[in-house]
Amino acid sequence: MTAATTTAEGERLRRVSPLRLFFSRPESGAIAGAVIVFLIFGVLSALRGDIGKGFLSIQGAASYLEVTAQVGILGAAVSLLMIAGEFDLSVGSMIGAAGLLLGLLIVQWGVPPTIAIILTFAFALAVGAFNGWLRIKTGLPSFLVTLGMLLILRGAGIGFTRAITSQTIVSGITDKTAGDPIVQLFTAKVTIAGGDFKIILLWWVAAVVVATWVLTRTRFGNWIFSVGGSEQAARYVGVPVNRVRIILFMTTAGSACLLAVIQVLSFGSADVLRGTNKEFEAIITAVVGGTLLTGGYGSALGSAFGAFILGTTQLGINFVGINSDWYQVVLGTILLLAVLVNTYLLRRASGAR
Amino acid sequence: MTSPNDRQPPFPHDTAPFTMPAETAERISAYGTQGGGPESTATPVLEARDISKYFGRVIALEHVSLSVRPGEVNCLLGDNGAGKSTLIKTLSGVHPPDSGSLLMDGQSVVLGSPRDALDRGIATVYQDLAVLPLMSISRNFFVGSEPTTGFGPFKQFDVARAGKIATDQMLEIGIQVRDPGQLVGTLSGGERQTLAIARAEYFGARVLILDEPTSALGVKEAAIVLRHVIRARAKGLGVIFITHNVQHALPVGDRFTILSHGRLAGEFVRGQVGQDELLRLMGGGEELAELAAELDKLMHADARTIEEVAVSAEAVPTSPDAPVTEVEAGELPPPGP
Ligand SMILES: Nc1ncnc2c1ncn2[C@@H]1O[C@H](COP(=O)(O)OP(=O)(O)OP(=O)(O)O)[C@@H](O)[C@H]1O
Ligand SMILES: [Mg+2]
Repeated sequence: MTAATTTAEGERLRRVSPLRLFFSRPESGAIAGAVIVFLIFGVLSALRGDIGKGFLSIQGAASYLEVTAQVGILGAAVSLLMIAGEFDLSVGSMIGAAGLLLGLLIVQWGVPPTIAIILTFAFALAVGAFNGWLRIKTGLPSFLVTLGMLLILRGAGIGFTRAITSQTIVSGITDKTAGDPIVQLFTAKVTIAGGDFKIILLWWVAAVVVATWVLTRTRFGNWIFSVGGSEQAARYVGVPVNRVRIILFMTTAGSACLLAVIQVLSFGSADVLRGTNKEFEAIITAVVGGTLLTGGYGSALGSAFGAFILGTTQLGINFVGINSDWYQVVLGTILLLAVLVNTYLLRRASGAR
Repeated sequence: MTSPNDRQPPFPHDTAPFTMPAETAERISAYGTQGGGPESTATPVLEARDISKYFGRVIALEHVSLSVRPGEVNCLLGDNGAGKSTLIKTLSGVHPPDSGSLLMDGQSVVLGSPRDALDRGIATVYQDLAVLPLMSISRNFFVGSEPTTGFGPFKQFDVARAGKIATDQMLEIGIQVRDPGQLVGTLSGGERQTLAIARAEYFGARVLILDEPTSALGVKEAAIVLRHVIRARAKGLGVIFITHNVQHALPVGDRFTILSHGRLAGEFVRGQVGQDELLRLMGGGEELAELAAELDKLMHADARTIEEVAVSAEAVPTSPDAPVTEVEAGELPPPGP
């Protein structure tokens, strides 16, 4: 390569503004969206004169952050799975099933809480691995495989619980777990300036940090992108495609289980219907966060902002006095807008425009 | 028609007498001392013996054998659908053969996956390149074989090093990467091909397999790739080189393996065949001869009216035993894309 050509080529890189650079990142749309949604509800609350209460209070922040964390824990895991080109529709019913199992273990069978938690996670991870295995062995789209698992888990949860307890709710868990230090890991909360901040926030932040680190900084993260980008290309360059998939299905099942454990131990009861529709909220979180529905591109960090948009909207609507019947309308609109914006940003980032 | 002697000799391997360019003569004599080459009796670094591969009812390969010795370039030739890509995919661990065996250094091996093949030092540039459009250049370069820093659970993908190596390696093939973080989907076709080649060259320790690596490249870049093929051979790698372009095959090939309809149609060593013979064996000779005849007619027709040309073009004899066989196929543009 001669010096002349080097200079000539070097000149083909033009300077771009930092703003443009920011918007070439997959999560940029979600970050901007989160700011906008927050401002909208903030302004609406201020107009109502709600300074220091409702949406604009510490307790308000604690509550919408809690909702954010709930869907955010799922979203972090689901975005990794979706970047690898797969879906997991069974996370919602896994929340219900894992919660019931934990409740039954503790209340019905008197298993010590720590052991019960470990067994519950083992169950969830096994189901996740089974999802992955089924996906690989049958070659069916994971949408269908996990749709089957959604029904199976939901149905089996109801069936077993009713057969064992003749109810669809397991309650009285708090009596058995009070004072257990391990349980504190899932239920602790602190009061800061009048707001009750729960430990689920830490779990959520940890989930996002770990997922982002894995995705952007490790070999495994590179493999996730490649499997979602093109299974064949990934296989050709030596990526263990099937191992990646199984691990990711175990991760999403594990995240659902974590949420179930936190909820059951905090509320003291397990309910068959808990987690209903959470699979869709998790997918929405990931998509709003910039993850491509078809895989190969996305961000775990973006899912955190996606979750924030969901959480703020869900509670913000109540705070500003809009009937919560409208939540789904708003959510659907946000989803469509986010997809449009993210598609536009991706097209710009990938130069096809 | 011109005789072989008064036209420019396109390649030194033509049987016709010509004066060999000094550079070529040097190269040929140099490679006589490397232990490889057509006459070499060294154990093949990679060998496929009696391979058959079926896709349902499709016979992709039947009783095909192929071998490549260290420091040798085996050009795999054949028309579209002949089974070339299928054959090299069995050698890269993508397709397990339905029958037959693979040997490395004379030892029977089973390549269960592309990872197996890569771990044994077999690197491949696939025809479809196997690059990921939505990933950056440096991530693409190392995907599956990432360098890491740190240890234990905190092992990280060394992005900086990956970017630097990828940039350097691509520069060697003459492509200046502006930003290793650029998405591969935004690269030009030739740049993408260069990435795949640079990657295979970087990871191929024993065998380099190139499935039509020059199809999207400009003349300059193709020449650089050919030079890299020669360099890999000089380093003692076995190279399997698939191309539709005889002008790319002839200067670098020590051995020419020709596939036709999934079967072996011939194997030649350098010097045994010339360009025309190879073209004919690849199944392109006759068509090219016909095309040449048509073009010839058109050239001579330039004084006539357009209608007359059209009529006469239709009247060109197309049967192979027509006098068109005298046409020199080598005067035509290369048949490849
Ligand atoms: N996965 C597959 N399933 C069914 N048929 C296949 C498959 N792969 C290849 N074939 C068939 O096998 C034959 C050989 O294909 P192959 O790709 O090896 O040809 P090729 O010699 O590389 O051709 P080209 O020069 O066009 O690249 C073709 O007829 C193709 O249709
Ligand atoms: Mg091919």
